[in-house]
Amino acid sequence: MTDVAARRPTRASVTPDVPALDSASSALPEDLRAAVAELLLTLADDEFVQGFLDSEWTGIAPMLEEDVAFSSLAQDEIGHARAFYALRSALTGEDPDELAFGRQAEEYRHCRLLDHPRTDWAFSVARRYLYDTADHVRLGALAQASWAPLGQLVAKVRREETYHLMHLDAWLRRLAQGGHEPRRRLEAALEQLWADALSPFASPAAEATLLEHGILAAPMAALAERHWEQLHAVMAPLGIAMPSTPPDPSVGRSRDAVAAGFAWLWGEFTSVRGSEPGATW
Amino acid sequence: MIELSAPQGARLEGPAKLATRTTPLRSVVLAALAEVSDPEIPGVSIVELGLVHRVDVGPGRIRVELLPTFVGCPALDVMRDAVGERLAEICPGADAEVRFTFDVPWTSDRITPEGREGLRERGFAPPVGDASAGALPVLPIAQCPYCGSRRAALENAFGPTPCRAIYYCADCRQPFEQFKSI
Repeated sequence: MTDVAARRPTRASVTPDVPALDSASSALPEDLRAAVAELLLTLADDEFVQGFLDSEWTGIAPMLEEDVAFSSLAQDEIGHARAFYALRSALTGEDPDELAFGRQAEEYRHCRLLDHPRTDWAFSVARRYLYDTADHVRLGALAQASWAPLGQLVAKVRREETYHLMHLDAWLRRLAQGGHEPRRRLEAALEQLWADALSPFASPAAEATLLEHGILAAPMAALAERHWEQLHAVMAPLGIAMPSTPPDPSVGRSRDAVAAGFAWLWGEFTSVRGSEPGATW
Repeated sequence: MIELSAPQGARLEGPAKLATRTTPLRSVVLAALAEVSDPEIPGVSIVELGLVHRVDVGPGRIRVELLPTFVGCPALDVMRDAVGERLAEICPGADAEVRFTFDVPWTSDRITPEGREGLRERGFAPPVGDASAGALPVLPIAQCPYCGSRRAALENAFGPTPCRAIYYCADCRQPFEQFKSI
Protein backbone atom coordinates (compact mmCIF):
# COMPACT_ATOMS: atom_id res chain seq x y z
CA MET A 1 0.00 0.00 0.00
CA THR A 2 1.31 3.44 -0.80
CA ASP A 3 1.54 6.14 1.79
CA VAL A 4 -1.98 6.75 3.00
CA ALA A 5 -1.32 10.17 4.44
CA ALA A 6 0.02 11.43 1.13
CA ARG A 7 -3.13 10.35 -0.71
CA ARG A 8 -5.67 11.42 1.87
CA PRO A 9 -8.92 12.41 0.15
CA THR A 10 -10.98 15.39 1.10
CA ARG A 11 -12.85 14.40 4.25
CA ALA A 12 -16.01 15.95 2.91
CA SER A 13 -16.53 12.93 0.68
CA VAL A 14 -16.08 10.45 3.47
CA THR A 15 -18.46 9.87 6.36
CA PRO A 16 -16.54 11.17 9.36
CA ASP A 17 -17.35 8.69 12.08
CA VAL A 18 -18.70 5.25 12.95
CA PRO A 19 -21.37 4.13 13.15
CA ALA A 20 -23.46 5.92 10.56
CA LEU A 21 -27.22 5.60 10.72
CA ASP A 22 -29.70 5.33 7.92
CA SER A 23 -32.37 7.93 8.49
CA ALA A 24 -35.02 5.21 8.11
CA SER A 25 -33.52 2.84 10.64
CA SER A 26 -32.82 5.57 13.16
CA ALA A 27 -36.44 6.66 13.40
CA LEU A 28 -37.54 6.47 17.02
CA PRO A 29 -40.75 7.72 18.60
CA GLU A 30 -40.12 10.97 20.42
CA ASP A 31 -40.77 9.64 23.93
CA LEU A 32 -38.40 6.75 23.36
CA ARG A 33 -35.58 8.87 22.00
CA ALA A 34 -34.66 10.41 25.36
CA ALA A 35 -34.97 7.06 27.14
CA VAL A 36 -32.63 5.34 24.69
CA ALA A 37 -30.20 8.26 24.80
CA GLU A 38 -30.01 7.96 28.59
CA LEU A 39 -29.48 4.20 28.38
CA LEU A 40 -26.71 4.67 25.81
CA LEU A 41 -24.92 7.13 28.07
CA THR A 42 -24.82 4.58 30.90
CA LEU A 43 -23.56 1.83 28.56
CA ALA A 44 -20.94 4.15 27.08
CA ASP A 45 -19.74 5.53 30.42
CA ASP A 46 -19.42 2.04 31.90
CA GLU A 47 -17.29 0.80 29.00
CA PHE A 48 -15.29 4.03 28.89
CA VAL A 49 -14.39 4.00 32.59
CA GLN A 50 -13.67 0.24 32.63
CA GLY A 51 -11.45 0.75 29.58
CA PHE A 52 -9.43 3.48 31.28
CA LEU A 53 -9.13 1.39 34.45
CA ASP A 54 -7.73 -1.44 32.29
CA SER A 55 -5.29 0.89 30.60
CA GLU A 56 -3.85 1.76 34.01
CA TRP A 57 -2.11 -1.63 33.87
CA THR A 58 -0.31 -0.91 30.61
CA GLY A 59 3.38 -1.23 31.39
CA ILE A 60 2.99 -2.39 34.99
CA ALA A 61 0.90 -5.59 34.86
CA PRO A 62 2.37 -8.51 36.82
CA MET A 63 3.44 -10.26 33.62
CA LEU A 64 4.00 -9.31 30.02
CA GLU A 65 1.03 -11.35 28.76
CA GLU A 66 -1.29 -9.38 31.03
CA ASP A 67 0.26 -6.12 29.99
CA VAL A 68 -0.79 -6.99 26.44
CA ALA A 69 -4.12 -8.48 27.49
CA PHE A 70 -5.26 -5.55 29.62
CA SER A 71 -4.13 -3.07 26.99
CA SER A 72 -6.20 -5.00 24.46
CA LEU A 73 -9.19 -5.14 26.82
CA ALA A 74 -8.87 -1.38 27.25
CA GLN A 75 -8.84 -0.89 23.50
CA ASP A 76 -11.97 -3.04 23.11
CA GLU A 77 -13.89 -1.24 25.85
CA ILE A 78 -13.00 2.24 24.71
CA GLY A 79 -13.96 1.17 21.18
CA HIS A 80 -17.34 0.03 22.49
CA ALA A 81 -17.72 3.29 24.38
CA ARG A 82 -16.93 5.23 21.23
CA ALA A 83 -19.66 3.38 19.33
CA PHE A 84 -22.23 3.87 22.13
CA TYR A 85 -21.37 7.59 22.41
CA ALA A 86 -21.67 7.91 18.62
CA LEU A 87 -25.06 6.20 18.67
CA ARG A 88 -26.26 8.56 21.38
CA SER A 89 -24.93 11.48 19.37
CA ALA A 90 -26.99 10.36 16.40
CA LEU A 91 -30.06 10.85 18.62
CA THR A 92 -29.08 14.01 20.46
CA GLY A 93 -26.73 15.83 18.09
CA GLU A 94 -24.01 16.00 20.76
CA ASP A 95 -20.32 15.74 19.92
CA PRO A 96 -19.09 12.25 20.96
CA ASP A 97 -15.64 13.59 21.95
CA GLU A 98 -17.27 16.20 24.13
CA LEU A 99 -19.35 13.49 25.81
CA ALA A 100 -16.30 11.33 26.41
CA PHE A 101 -13.83 13.98 27.54
CA GLY A 102 -15.67 17.25 27.98
CA ARG A 103 -17.87 16.60 31.00
CA GLN A 104 -17.22 17.35 34.63
CA ALA A 105 -16.49 14.31 36.80
CA GLU A 106 -19.91 14.44 38.48
CA GLU A 107 -21.69 14.20 35.11
CA TYR A 108 -20.48 10.67 34.31
CA ARG A 109 -23.06 7.93 34.71
CA HIS A 110 -20.87 4.84 35.13
CA CYS A 111 -21.95 2.33 37.77
CA ARG A 112 -20.56 2.44 41.31
CA LEU A 113 -18.59 -0.74 40.81
CA LEU A 114 -16.28 1.34 38.62
CA ASP A 115 -15.80 4.09 41.22
CA HIS A 116 -13.10 2.13 43.04
CA PRO A 117 -9.46 2.86 42.18
CA ARG A 118 -7.29 0.29 40.42
CA THR A 119 -5.77 -1.02 43.68
CA ASP A 120 -3.88 -4.32 43.27
CA TRP A 121 -4.04 -7.04 40.60
CA ALA A 122 -6.48 -9.22 42.55
CA PHE A 123 -8.78 -6.22 42.99
CA SER A 124 -8.67 -5.45 39.27
CA VAL A 125 -9.42 -9.08 38.42
CA ALA A 126 -12.27 -9.27 40.95
CA ARG A 127 -13.85 -6.02 39.79
CA ARG A 128 -13.46 -6.84 36.13
CA TYR A 129 -14.96 -10.29 36.66
CA LEU A 130 -17.99 -8.75 38.38
CA TYR A 131 -18.31 -6.12 35.66
CA ASP A 132 -17.90 -8.50 32.71
CA THR A 133 -20.38 -11.03 34.01
CA ALA A 134 -22.94 -8.31 34.80
CA ASP A 135 -22.37 -6.66 31.43
CA HIS A 136 -22.92 -10.01 29.71
CA VAL A 137 -26.34 -10.36 31.33
CA ARG A 138 -27.24 -6.76 30.55
CA LEU A 139 -26.16 -6.97 26.90
CA GLY A 140 -28.14 -10.20 26.57
CA ALA A 141 -31.27 -8.21 27.44
CA LEU A 142 -30.45 -5.60 24.76
CA ALA A 143 -29.39 -7.86 21.90
CA GLN A 144 -32.94 -8.11 20.55
CA ALA A 145 -33.67 -4.41 20.99
CA SER A 146 -36.48 -3.24 18.75
CA TRP A 147 -34.30 -0.34 17.59
CA ALA A 148 -32.03 -2.05 15.08
CA PRO A 149 -28.93 0.17 15.41
CA LEU A 150 -28.71 -0.66 19.14
CA GLY A 151 -29.46 -4.38 18.74
CA GLN A 152 -26.91 -4.71 15.94
CA LEU A 153 -24.17 -2.94 17.86
CA VAL A 154 -24.85 -4.97 21.00
CA ALA A 155 -24.75 -8.21 18.98
CA LYS A 156 -21.29 -7.29 17.74
CA VAL A 157 -20.04 -6.14 21.14
CA ARG A 158 -21.21 -9.38 22.79
CA ARG A 159 -19.02 -11.46 20.50
CA GLU A 160 -15.96 -9.52 21.61
CA GLU A 161 -16.94 -9.68 25.26
CA THR A 162 -16.88 -13.49 25.04
CA TYR A 163 -13.10 -13.26 25.08
CA HIS A 164 -13.13 -10.93 28.07
CA LEU A 165 -15.35 -13.33 30.01
CA MET A 166 -13.10 -16.26 29.20
CA HIS A 167 -10.01 -14.37 30.30
CA LEU A 168 -11.41 -13.07 33.57
CA ASP A 169 -12.98 -16.41 34.45
CA ALA A 170 -9.55 -18.02 34.10
CA TRP A 171 -7.96 -15.34 36.30
CA LEU A 172 -10.66 -15.56 38.98
CA ARG A 173 -10.02 -19.31 39.27
CA ARG A 174 -6.26 -18.88 39.17
CA LEU A 175 -6.33 -16.48 42.13
CA ALA A 176 -8.97 -18.46 44.03
CA GLN A 177 -6.94 -21.65 43.74
CA GLY A 178 -3.51 -20.06 43.78
CA GLY A 179 -2.64 -20.56 47.41
CA HIS A 180 -2.52 -18.31 50.42
CA GLU A 181 -1.59 -14.84 49.19
CA PRO A 182 -3.56 -14.69 45.92
CA ARG A 183 -6.59 -16.18 47.66
CA ARG A 184 -6.37 -13.74 50.53
CA ARG A 185 -6.11 -10.76 48.19
CA LEU A 186 -9.00 -11.97 46.03
CA GLU A 187 -11.26 -12.45 49.04
CA ALA A 188 -10.32 -9.03 50.41
CA ALA A 189 -11.14 -7.45 47.05
CA LEU A 190 -14.49 -9.18 46.74
CA GLU A 191 -15.31 -8.21 50.31
CA GLN A 192 -14.96 -4.57 49.29
CA LEU A 193 -16.80 -5.00 46.01
CA TRP A 194 -19.89 -7.06 46.87
CA ALA A 195 -21.84 -3.97 47.90
CA ASP A 196 -21.50 -2.61 44.35
CA ALA A 197 -21.67 -5.92 42.47
CA LEU A 198 -25.21 -5.28 41.20
CA SER A 199 -24.74 -1.57 40.52
CA PRO A 200 -24.49 -2.12 36.71
CA PHE A 201 -28.23 -2.92 36.95
CA ALA A 202 -29.27 0.42 38.39
CA SER A 203 -32.62 1.06 36.72
CA PRO A 204 -32.68 3.85 34.15
CA ALA A 205 -35.21 6.57 34.94
CA ALA A 206 -37.26 5.67 31.88
CA GLU A 207 -37.05 1.89 32.33
CA ALA A 208 -40.80 1.41 31.83
CA THR A 209 -40.57 3.11 28.44
CA LEU A 210 -37.62 0.94 27.42
CA LEU A 211 -39.49 -2.23 28.43
CA GLU A 212 -42.73 -1.17 26.80
CA HIS A 213 -41.04 -0.50 23.45
CA GLY A 214 -38.97 -3.66 23.41
CA ILE A 215 -35.58 -2.02 23.86
CA LEU A 216 -34.87 -3.81 27.12
CA ALA A 217 -36.07 -7.43 27.31
CA ALA A 218 -36.43 -7.61 31.12
CA PRO A 219 -36.43 -5.20 34.09
CA MET A 220 -32.98 -4.44 35.47
CA ALA A 221 -34.06 -5.82 38.88
CA ALA A 222 -34.78 -9.20 37.26
CA LEU A 223 -31.42 -9.13 35.47
CA ALA A 224 -29.69 -8.34 38.75
CA GLU A 225 -31.40 -11.31 40.40
CA ARG A 226 -30.32 -13.61 37.58
CA HIS A 227 -26.76 -12.31 37.80
CA TRP A 228 -26.59 -12.85 41.55
CA GLU A 229 -27.69 -16.47 41.11
CA GLN A 230 -25.05 -17.02 38.45
CA LEU A 231 -22.38 -15.55 40.73
CA HIS A 232 -23.44 -18.02 43.43
CA ALA A 233 -23.03 -20.88 40.98
CA VAL A 234 -19.42 -19.82 40.34
CA MET A 235 -18.37 -18.75 43.85
CA ALA A 236 -19.83 -21.63 45.85
CA PRO A 237 -17.66 -24.36 44.25
CA LEU A 238 -14.64 -22.11 44.79
CA GLY A 239 -15.56 -21.82 48.47
CA ILE A 240 -15.91 -18.05 48.25
CA ALA A 241 -18.56 -16.66 50.57
CA MET A 242 -21.06 -14.14 49.27
CA PRO A 243 -23.29 -11.86 51.37
CA SER A 244 -26.46 -13.69 52.38
CA THR A 245 -28.65 -10.95 50.95
CA PRO A 246 -27.91 -9.37 47.57
CA PRO A 247 -27.01 -5.68 47.57
CA ASP A 248 -29.66 -3.23 46.45
CA PRO A 249 -29.27 -2.68 42.70
CA SER A 250 -31.60 0.30 42.73
CA VAL A 251 -28.84 2.56 44.00
CA GLY A 252 -28.53 5.08 41.23
CA ARG A 253 -25.79 6.24 38.92
CA SER A 254 -25.80 9.87 40.04
CA ARG A 255 -23.82 10.73 43.16
CA ASP A 256 -23.82 13.45 45.76
CA ALA A 257 -20.04 13.55 45.64
CA VAL A 258 -17.54 12.23 43.11
CA ALA A 259 -15.75 9.13 44.43
CA ALA A 260 -12.06 9.70 45.10
CA GLY A 261 -11.02 6.82 42.83
CA PHE A 262 -12.97 8.16 39.89
CA ALA A 263 -11.94 11.77 40.52
CA TRP A 264 -8.32 10.71 40.08
CA LEU A 265 -9.04 8.65 36.93
CA TRP A 266 -11.08 11.50 35.43
CA GLY A 267 -8.17 13.86 35.98
CA GLU A 268 -5.91 11.42 34.15
CA PHE A 269 -8.07 10.76 31.11
CA THR A 270 -8.99 14.40 30.59
CA SER A 271 -5.47 15.73 31.14
CA VAL A 272 -4.25 15.60 27.54
CA ARG A 273 -7.35 17.25 26.17
CA GLY A 274 -7.31 19.77 29.00
CA SER A 275 -3.72 20.72 28.23
CA GLU A 276 -4.73 22.35 24.93
CA PRO A 277 -8.49 22.97 24.78
CA GLY A 278 -9.89 22.92 21.27
CA ALA A 279 -6.85 21.27 19.71
CA THR A 280 -7.42 18.70 16.97
CA TRP A 281 -5.10 15.87 15.96
CA MET B 1 -21.75 -11.68 0.72
CA ILE B 2 -20.69 -9.68 -2.29
CA GLU B 3 -19.27 -11.28 -5.37
CA LEU B 4 -15.62 -11.88 -4.83
CA SER B 5 -13.95 -11.18 -8.11
CA ALA B 6 -14.60 -8.96 -11.06
CA PRO B 7 -15.87 -10.75 -14.17
CA GLN B 8 -13.51 -11.21 -17.08
CA GLY B 9 -13.11 -8.09 -19.15
CA ALA B 10 -13.71 -5.77 -16.26
CA ARG B 11 -10.05 -5.07 -15.70
CA LEU B 12 -9.03 -1.46 -15.54
CA GLU B 13 -8.11 -0.12 -18.92
CA GLY B 14 -6.03 2.71 -17.57
CA PRO B 15 -6.73 5.67 -15.34
CA ALA B 16 -6.91 8.10 -18.24
CA LYS B 17 -9.98 6.46 -19.68
CA LEU B 18 -11.66 5.87 -16.35
CA ALA B 19 -10.97 9.39 -15.18
CA THR B 20 -13.59 10.64 -17.59
CA ARG B 21 -16.32 8.55 -16.09
CA THR B 22 -18.67 9.65 -13.38
CA THR B 23 -20.39 6.29 -13.03
CA PRO B 24 -18.02 3.32 -12.92
CA LEU B 25 -18.96 -0.26 -13.57
CA ARG B 26 -19.79 -2.13 -10.40
CA SER B 27 -17.25 -4.75 -11.38
CA VAL B 28 -14.57 -2.07 -11.63
CA VAL B 29 -15.39 -0.91 -8.11
CA LEU B 30 -15.18 -4.48 -6.81
CA ALA B 31 -11.85 -5.02 -8.54
CA ALA B 32 -10.56 -1.79 -7.00
CA LEU B 33 -11.69 -2.84 -3.51
CA ALA B 34 -9.87 -6.14 -3.98
CA GLU B 35 -6.66 -4.11 -4.25
CA VAL B 36 -7.08 -2.46 -0.83
CA SER B 37 -5.19 -4.33 1.89
CA ASP B 38 -6.02 -4.56 5.54
CA PRO B 39 -3.52 -2.05 6.99
CA GLU B 40 -2.62 -4.46 9.79
CA ILE B 41 -2.19 -7.47 7.48
CA PRO B 42 -0.57 -6.14 4.29
CA GLY B 43 -1.23 -8.33 1.29
CA VAL B 44 -4.62 -9.63 2.40
CA SER B 45 -7.40 -7.56 0.90
CA ILE B 46 -10.50 -6.23 2.59
CA VAL B 47 -12.55 -8.29 0.13
CA GLU B 48 -10.74 -11.49 1.10
CA LEU B 49 -11.32 -10.69 4.76
CA GLY B 50 -15.04 -10.28 4.08
CA LEU B 51 -15.13 -6.66 5.21
CA VAL B 52 -17.11 -5.43 2.20
CA HIS B 53 -20.79 -5.65 3.04
CA ARG B 54 -22.48 -3.71 0.25
CA VAL B 55 -21.47 -1.91 -2.92
CA ASP B 56 -23.99 0.39 -4.49
CA VAL B 57 -23.20 2.16 -7.74
CA GLY B 58 -25.60 4.73 -9.15
CA PRO B 59 -25.42 7.66 -11.54
CA GLY B 60 -22.43 9.72 -10.47
CA ARG B 61 -22.11 8.03 -7.09
CA ILE B 62 -20.52 5.06 -5.35
CA ARG B 63 -21.50 3.87 -1.91
CA VAL B 64 -19.45 1.24 -0.13
CA GLU B 65 -20.39 -0.25 3.23
CA LEU B 66 -17.74 -2.00 5.29
CA LEU B 67 -18.07 -4.19 8.38
CA PRO B 68 -15.61 -3.58 11.26
CA THR B 69 -13.84 -6.76 12.43
CA PHE B 70 -13.77 -5.29 15.92
CA VAL B 71 -15.83 -2.31 17.11
CA GLY B 72 -12.73 -0.58 18.44
CA CYS B 73 -10.38 -1.53 15.61
CA PRO B 74 -7.97 1.41 15.32
CA ALA B 75 -7.43 0.67 11.63
CA LEU B 76 -10.98 1.61 10.65
CA ASP B 77 -10.17 5.19 9.73
CA VAL B 78 -7.12 4.11 7.74
CA MET B 79 -9.20 1.54 5.84
CA ARG B 80 -11.96 4.00 5.12
CA ASP B 81 -9.48 6.53 3.81
CA ALA B 82 -7.71 3.90 1.69
CA VAL B 83 -11.00 2.82 0.11
CA GLY B 84 -12.01 6.44 -0.45
CA GLU B 85 -8.71 7.15 -2.19
CA ARG B 86 -8.96 4.07 -4.38
CA LEU B 87 -12.48 5.06 -5.44
CA ALA B 88 -11.30 8.58 -6.20
CA GLU B 89 -8.58 7.11 -8.41
CA ILE B 90 -10.87 4.91 -10.48
CA CYS B 91 -13.60 7.49 -10.71
CA PRO B 92 -12.59 11.02 -9.71
CA GLY B 93 -15.89 12.51 -10.81
CA ALA B 94 -18.15 10.33 -8.70
CA ASP B 95 -19.52 11.22 -5.30
CA ALA B 96 -17.99 8.42 -3.24
CA GLU B 97 -19.24 7.48 0.21
CA VAL B 98 -17.49 4.94 2.41
CA ARG B 99 -19.05 4.00 5.72
CA PHE B 100 -18.92 1.35 8.38
CA THR B 101 -22.06 -0.44 9.44
CA PHE B 102 -23.12 -2.98 12.05
CA ASP B 103 -26.09 -4.13 9.92
CA VAL B 104 -24.74 -7.64 10.28
CA PRO B 105 -21.90 -8.56 12.62
CA TRP B 106 -18.63 -9.27 10.87
CA THR B 107 -17.64 -12.82 11.77
CA SER B 108 -14.44 -14.68 10.98
CA ASP B 109 -16.52 -17.02 8.78
CA ARG B 110 -16.61 -14.18 6.24
CA ILE B 111 -12.94 -14.65 5.46
CA THR B 112 -12.76 -16.28 2.02
CA PRO B 113 -10.68 -19.39 1.23
CA GLU B 114 -8.22 -17.07 -0.55
CA GLY B 115 -8.12 -14.85 2.53
CA ARG B 116 -7.41 -17.83 4.80
CA GLU B 117 -4.60 -18.92 2.51
CA GLY B 118 -3.26 -15.37 2.39
CA LEU B 119 -3.22 -15.20 6.19
CA ARG B 120 -1.35 -18.52 6.39
CA GLU B 121 1.23 -17.39 3.85
CA ARG B 122 1.94 -14.34 5.98
CA GLY B 123 2.41 -16.32 9.17
CA PHE B 124 -1.10 -15.92 10.64
CA ALA B 125 -3.10 -19.02 11.51
CA PRO B 126 -6.62 -18.62 10.15
CA PRO B 127 -9.51 -18.79 12.64
CA VAL B 128 -10.96 -22.18 13.55
CA GLY B 129 -14.53 -23.23 14.18
CA ASP B 130 -17.86 -22.00 12.90
CA ALA B 131 -18.22 -18.48 14.22
CA SER B 132 -21.71 -18.00 12.80
CA ALA B 133 -23.12 -20.82 14.92
CA GLY B 134 -24.95 -19.66 18.06
CA ALA B 135 -22.27 -19.67 20.74
CA LEU B 136 -18.92 -18.24 19.79
CA PRO B 137 -16.31 -20.98 19.53
CA VAL B 138 -13.57 -19.69 21.77
CA LEU B 139 -11.31 -22.69 21.32
CA PRO B 140 -7.67 -22.61 22.32
CA ILE B 141 -6.64 -24.46 19.17
CA ALA B 142 -4.76 -23.36 16.08
CA GLN B 143 -2.71 -24.91 13.34
CA CYS B 144 0.85 -23.63 13.09
CA PRO B 145 1.12 -21.60 9.86
CA TYR B 146 4.80 -22.53 9.55
CA CYS B 147 4.94 -26.31 10.01
CA GLY B 148 1.27 -27.30 9.99
CA SER B 149 1.42 -28.85 13.47
CA ARG B 150 -1.71 -28.85 15.56
CA ARG B 151 0.35 -29.07 18.75
CA ALA B 152 0.11 -25.37 19.41
CA ALA B 153 -0.63 -23.84 22.80
CA LEU B 154 -2.55 -20.62 23.37
CA GLU B 155 -0.16 -18.18 25.00
CA ASN B 156 -2.47 -15.19 25.11
CA ALA B 157 -6.00 -14.64 23.77
CA PHE B 158 -4.99 -11.00 23.38
CA GLY B 159 -2.32 -10.15 20.85
CA PRO B 160 -0.86 -7.08 19.17
CA THR B 161 -4.21 -6.16 17.62
CA PRO B 162 -7.74 -6.83 18.93
CA CYS B 163 -8.31 -9.47 16.23
CA ARG B 164 -5.23 -11.59 16.90
CA ALA B 165 -4.24 -14.16 19.57
CA ILE B 166 -0.75 -15.49 20.33
CA TYR B 167 0.18 -19.18 20.16
CA TYR B 168 3.35 -21.23 20.52
CA CYS B 169 4.07 -24.25 18.33
CA ALA B 170 5.39 -27.22 20.33
CA ASP B 171 6.87 -28.81 17.21
CA CYS B 172 8.73 -26.07 15.32
CA ARG B 173 9.06 -23.95 18.50
CA GLN B 174 7.84 -20.87 16.76
CA PRO B 175 5.47 -18.33 18.29
CA PHE B 176 2.74 -17.28 15.89
CA GLU B 177 -0.46 -15.30 15.76
CA GLN B 178 -3.95 -16.49 14.96
CA PHE B 179 -6.74 -14.40 13.53
CA LYS B 180 -9.37 -14.93 16.24
CA SER B 181 -12.62 -16.74 15.72
CA ILE B 182 -15.23 -14.12 16.33
